[in-house]
This record gives sequence, C-alpha cells and structure tokens, in this order.
Amino acid sequence: MNYFSKENRILLREMVKTDFKLRYQGSFIGHLWSILKPMMLFTIMYLVFVRFLRFDDGTPHYAIGLLMGMVTWNFFSEATNMGMMSIVARGDLLRKLNFSKEIIVISSVVGAAINYAINLLVVFIFAIVNGVGVSLGWLTIVPLFLELFLFTTGIAFILSTLFVRYRDIGPIWEVVMQAGLYATPIIYSLTFILQRGQVTIAKMMMLNPLAQIIQDLRHFIVFSGSMRGWDLIGHKAIALIPYVLPVLVFGLGYYIFHKNAKKFAEIL
Amino acid sequence: MSDKKIAVKVDHVSKSFKLPTEASQSLRTNLVNYFKGIKGYREQEVLKDISFEVEEGDFFGIVGRNGSGKSTLLKIISQIYVPEKGQVTVNGKMVSFIELGVGFNPELTGRENVYMNGAMLGFTTEEVDAMYDEIVEFAELGDFMNQKLKNYSSGMQVRLAFSVAIKAQGDVLILDEVLAVGDEAFQRKCNDYFMERKASGKTTILVTHDMGAVKKYCNKAILIEKGLVKAQGEPDEVANQYSFDNANTEKNDQGKNVEKITVNNLKVELKSPGQTTPEEAVEFQVTYDVLEDLETYVAFSMTDIDRNIWIYNDNSMDEKTKGKGRKQLTYRCHLNGVNSLKLKLEVSVRDEKGKMLAYANASNTHIILVNRNDLALDDKSGRDSATGLLRRNGMWEITNE
Repeated sequence: MNYFSKENRILLREMVKTDFKLRYQGSFIGHLWSILKPMMLFTIMYLVFVRFLRFDDGTPHYAIGLLMGMVTWNFFSEATNMGMMSIVARGDLLRKLNFSKEIIVISSVVGAAINYAINLLVVFIFAIVNGVGVSLGWLTIVPLFLELFLFTTGIAFILSTLFVRYRDIGPIWEVVMQAGLYATPIIYSLTFILQRGQVTIAKMMMLNPLAQIIQDLRHFIVFSGSMRGWDLIGHKAIALIPYVLPVLVFGLGYYIFHKNAKKFAEIL
Repeated sequence: MSDKKIAVKVDHVSKSFKLPTEASQSLRTNLVNYFKGIKGYREQEVLKDISFEVEEGDFFGIVGRNGSGKSTLLKIISQIYVPEKGQVTVNGKMVSFIELGVGFNPELTGRENVYMNGAMLGFTTEEVDAMYDEIVEFAELGDFMNQKLKNYSSGMQVRLAFSVAIKAQGDVLILDEVLAVGDEAFQRKCNDYFMERKASGKTTILVTHDMGAVKKYCNKAILIEKGLVKAQGEPDEVANQYSFDNANTEKNDQGKNVEKITVNNLKVELKSPGQTTPEEAVEFQVTYDVLEDLETYVAFSMTDIDRNIWIYNDNSMDEKTKGKGRKQLTYRCHLNGVNSLKLKLEVSVRDEKGKMLAYANASNTHIILVNRNDLALDDKSGRDSATGLLRRNGMWEITNE
C-alpha cells in the first residue's frame, strides 16, 4: 500500500480540514482564537517567568527563547496525545470501513502542526517586535521541523498502537510528559544548568531530541549566543545521537504500527 | 464453468474470536488467571472453512440468521478483519457499506460529508466531483446540501448515506441490510436502481434477512449457518431453505436452536409431459412421509419464469392428511386460455396453520413448457397477440362515422 498515493493524500487533507474547521465550532470569533489564544498565553508566561519569577538569565531575548521552547514542547505534547487517542477515537469508523490507519495518526500530528505554525507565527511577530534580527538562520526551522515531525509521528505511532490494547498508556504518558517538561531546558535555560556547574547533567539533557531541537531553534533564530548541544558535547558521535534518534523512532514506530494495524478493528 | 472473471474469491476462510470469560481485563485478573492456568477467554469459532466465488456481474446474496457469522464474513471480504485461515481475493475496486453513514459528522454540511465519505471510501476529489450531482439527485436533497447534517431529519440522513452508497462507482459493491430505509417512493427508487445494477454487469454482494429481496435481485446466494455454508446456488432454493429453517427450529434442552424435521422425503413427479400445449392436462404426483401425528396439506404454485408472477396456485387445504405415514397425492389440471409460458412448479407441505414443513428441492422442482402450436407461421396478428399471458378472445367492432 502506498501511503503517498493520491487517495491517501486526499483523505489526509479532508481529515485535517475537518478537524480544523470544527475546532472553534460554535464560538463567536471562530478562528481568531487560533491567534488570540497563544497571544494571551504568551502574555501570561511573560508576566510569570520574566517579570515575577525573574527566570531571565541575562541571555538577550530570553522571553522569545522561552516562548520558542514552550510552543515547540506544546506541539510535541498535543501531537503525541492526539495521536495516541486517534485510533481509539475513530474506532467506530475502523470497525466499518477499510482505509489506511496510518493516515488517522498522521492527520492528528498534522493538525497539531498547523497549530504549531500559527503559534510560531505569533512568536516570530513577538521576536521582530523585540528586536531580534531576521537572518538566513531562520531557515533552519525547516530541517529542524522535519526532525521534530519524524520524532513526534514515530512516538504517536507507538503510543496509539499500545493505547488500543492498554488504556493505561494514557495516564502513563501524561506523567512522562510532565517529567519531560522539567527535564528539558524550556522554562529554565541550558545556561542556568551550566552556571551551576552541572555540565554532565546538561550534556545528558541534550541527548533528548526535543532539547536539541529547542536549543538549535534558539541558537539559530533567537540569539546565536545560546549554547547548542552540538557545541557542548565534545564527542561528535555522541552529539549526533539526538539527530539520529528521531529517524530510528519513526522507523520503529511505523514498523510496530503497521504490524498491528490489521488487528485494530477486532480489538476495538 | 463459464469464462466470466472471478470478482471475489473466498477461499477456505476461518475466523474465531477470543471472548473474555471475565468482565474485567485488568492486570490482576490476568495474573490470577495466569497462575491458575486459566485461559481467561473462550474461543468462539465464527466462520469455519467458508469458500465461494462471486463472478463478475453477479448479484450475490448472503443470508443467514443473527449470529450466523454473515457480518463477520462481510467484514472479512471488506478487509476490515483478517481471516485466521484462508484468504479473500478481490478483483477491482471494492466499495463496502457495513453500515450507512459511517463517518458522517453532524457539524459538517451535507456536501462536506459527501466529500469526506468519498475520501474515506478511497475516491479522489475528482471522482467525487463526478458522482456528486447524481448522489444529490438520487437523495432528492438538492436544496439541503449546504445545510449542516444535524439539521437534517433522520430520514434525510439515511437517504443521503444510501445515495452515497449506491452511487459510489466501484466495481464491487457490498451492502449490508440496507433495504429497509426511506419512504415508499425512495424504496421504489432503490428497487429500480437494484434492477438496473443487476442488469449493468457490475458485481454486487448483498447481505440481508429479506428473502423477497434475495429472490428478486440476486442471481446467486449462499446461506450461512453456524459458520458454515448451508446452502449455495439458486436464490429461490436458498431463500426457501432459510424460511424453512426459521419456521422449523425449536429450542432443545440446552436452549440451542435445533431443527425439527416432521416431514421428509418429499418427492414431486411430473406425470404429464414437460413440454405441453395449453389444451393438454398437467398432472403431477406428490409423495412424502409424515413423521409425527400432524394434519398436513400440499400447496403449490406455478410461476411464470419470464414474468416472475404466479400463474396458477392451489392447495389441498380442504382434504388434509391425518396422522403419520406415507402420503401420496395426485393433482390434475388444465391451463386453458393461456399463451406460451415457461412455468416452474414449486411444491411445499404445510401444517394446519400454514407453516411450511417441507419444500421441494431443485431436483423436485419441475419446469413445464407450455407452447401454443396452433399458430401458423404467417399469422402475424395471432403471433403478436400470443405475447400476452391470456389467449385472445375478444372481437373488434368497427364503426365508421
């Protein structure tokens, strides 16, 4: 079966379109929420972390870096959660129609990606207002997003397969995500760890693809002084791990999902 | 047998489900079961070694009682379930409707739902474009397509779903118990559509309880019972078997349905020639054994095969047989006044309440060809008139003003 066949592309488009269309169904200002919600959330975050808690470590544009990390993490969290539930949520369909199950998971990730794009747009606007210079470095968002997408989809494949059989995965993943949020330099910066002399911990942190992606985004887009894992980890073979991991996770996830997909209709 | 291509081939398909014996499937019960050596589930064999072939252009009926496994079979053909053993091959694009309106979203408009549904069935946008107008027209919902589905009446929703189902241009169409939808006018339209589809040479598989539908549309049918193919072949025979089974089962001690045979060895022998003229008598003899103390009578019908209508029906209700034993009845009649006909003689034995106890199988169902041989080859008027059912007997009176 060809997942990039015309039929599957159309199915994907229809599903994403429908989800997007129905997201703010029944609200007065409709899709304006897509922009308004992140803006309001960002304002709160800015007030809490920069003004009151003073997490600012002196890095230029710390607030923009914070937002960048936050929206990226939110994408990962939303996409994996939606992806995990997607197969079960569409169980009614799967029991009555035969169509590519991969598309269901991918459509959840794409739906979250659209949200991410809107959020990023808001972040970029904030960045420009904040005086961050637009440079060619911004283009790194393309390969970095691709990496993020592969990683997220791979995880979503694994989670959704497990979730069909074991609903326990729901709370487990929620806990893992909470731990992940604190184990990734998002609210605090990598410099914050380094300043306290925890170099080994900082290096271990940077093996996480999410941490690597967020730090790379900060480095190339917000402030070139932000430390990358690549520069931090001396051994280049090890530094390469977070870049290779997403590809492996995607491959594994796809394999597991594909092997079990035939049985979904019976288990659900 | 024929050079027609096989559209769907079901080859020794078996399927069983694991039914959990306990209400909860928690880790605790699983562990307890593991250490006790209990499986924790029961294997339920739903299909046992089913094989049949559907040729291209067939209107194929699958009948069976609730729980006989026909829906599972349908899901396997539709490739929603994977069979344990055996395999299913489908040639061409298959469109399958296990249930109507699957995936319809009440918040979307009728139009959006059609496109969404089309995409799920594997059609491209262009293909849906091409069939969109026909779908709307068939559903008679032209004014409502831009309304949200939640504002439709339930009848309208069903009509839309059904229209998508039958206008979807696939090579093989699979329908599950969908005939009982819509108002009378819509049913008539569906009927027309099925007749058209039957003639169109496209393959259709229909799963239904409605024996009338099987007899009317299908050219082949199978009866599934307890996961096995019980009867296969002519729709009439399959439908009769089904009706017969339903009428003659009762619960045994274990509460399972078992068939009860009270009449067997039904034989119908045609005493008059199979090829005859309207003037000659038709005579046949019916013999059967009654196994219990029952009153029985014989009912028969002669169906005109080409027109598919009953021409001549009769019964022995006024001379019921009494008690056990072998019964023999002979019947003799004339078909005076008819034109050429191809008749099928179908005989059944019934009890005093009219319940069917036995029916004649294929080898005891006779064909009688009635031919008018009194018409001269050049009698154009006579031959033209002979296409009617009844022989002409009127007179013209021509008055010139």
